[in-house]
Amino acid sequence: MRAGGSEAASRAGGRPVARVERALWDMETVISRILQLGVLVSAAVIAAGVAVWAITDTGGYPDGRFPTTPAGVLAGVAHLRALAIIQLGLVLLVLTPVFRVGASVLVFARERDRTFTVITSVVFALLLMSLLLGVME
Amino acid sequence: MGFDPLSFLTVFGLSIAAGFIGSLLGLGGGIIVTPVLTTGLGYNIRHVIGASLVSVIATSSGAAAAYVKDRLTNLRIAMFLEMATTLGAIGGAYVSGLLPVRALYVLFGVLLVYSAYGMFQRRHVEGAGRVPESAWARRLRLEGRYHDETSGKTIEYRAGRLGGGFAVMLGAGGLSGVLGIGSGVFKVLGMDMVMGLPIKVSTATSNFMIGVTAAAGAGVHFARGNVHPGIAAPVALGVLVGAWAGSKLLPRLPGRFLRYAFVPLLVYMGLEMIWKGVVP
Repeated sequence: MRAGGSEAASRAGGRPVARVERALWDMETVISRILQLGVLVSAAVIAAGVAVWAITDTGGYPDGRFPTTPAGVLAGVAHLRALAIIQLGLVLLVLTPVFRVGASVLVFARERDRTFTVITSVVFALLLMSLLLGVME
Repeated sequence: MGFDPLSFLTVFGLSIAAGFIGSLLGLGGGIIVTPVLTTGLGYNIRHVIGASLVSVIATSSGAAAAYVKDRLTNLRIAMFLEMATTLGAIGGAYVSGLLPVRALYVLFGVLLVYSAYGMFQRRHVEGAGRVPESAWARRLRLEGRYHDETSGKTIEYRAGRLGGGFAVMLGAGGLSGVLGIGSGVFKVLGMDMVMGLPIKVSTATSNFMIGVTAAAGAGVHFARGNVHPGIAAPVALGVLVGAWAGSKLLPRLPGRFLRYAFVPLLVYMGLEMIWKGVVP
């Protein structure tokens, strides 16, 4: 690993590309682990909602209705309404890639890669904007 | 709304199959979930699109770690192209509310048939096609290398034709927003054929990107009530189980066999959806 790294560094004109690359991958691996945990937690919340739904045999809302706003979801979860618990799990699932992009901004900033800190920030801002547009609708 | 175990288990079981097939073919599952639930089970296509978006995110986030360990996902290329796909997805999510349902059916059908065509075309393609050098790719360091296990060599690569790749990703993002899919087929085709990246890098990077693109359209779909918990729950859970099983089996299966098995399936589903959109 180490020998290959120095070889690549000399090829890239003395810039320690491989070292930076490996630091990037190490952080990426950590982020991926956290994300796997996020997926498991969301799946568990969804499954809990399904369990409540099956046991009580009611979604907690009139037919065809379910919460579609963050406030509505949280209010429903507070009353242990099955469909609201499921929606909470689905929201958590949707947020995992957003979190991943946000974490990538930090990775690039730490590597002092200004261009990609900006590019990743733009993607992160677009994601936040799309979620806000959804909330406002 | 009472709990209906039969319909829940039906959707759950079909979603396991969709996640399984989707992960084997690098498609994310949405492309299979949508036609099965609409034409097969008669669910409202807008609810199915919401559920499908969620399933794409589940597959992408769940599989990401394995690809990162293989050093195949190129985060720089992914982030650069995500600027295009997220913009496209936000625009597409808005447009989808304006399009009539029958147009959605036809659009999805055409997409399926086109995907089948792309797959059939690429049945022998394994190496990357050479494309012209890009000065911008050099400046942005859109390059990388990975250890290829089948040949035992280290493969170095650099992206070409950034403008063309960006344009394909805008379109792929738009389709994601409208149809609730990751549009992984178009992402892989764009990276492989337009930008000249190795197929393994294209597939792994696409897998990372489909989740981010789907998340960009999800906010609008969620607020519109397209993410119906009764349908999205069995789909998300089923696809997760199926994709996990698929990722375990994938290394032991020959890729070409999968493509041959899948192409007729895509054509059949595509024609069926076009039929449903055209004939009232």
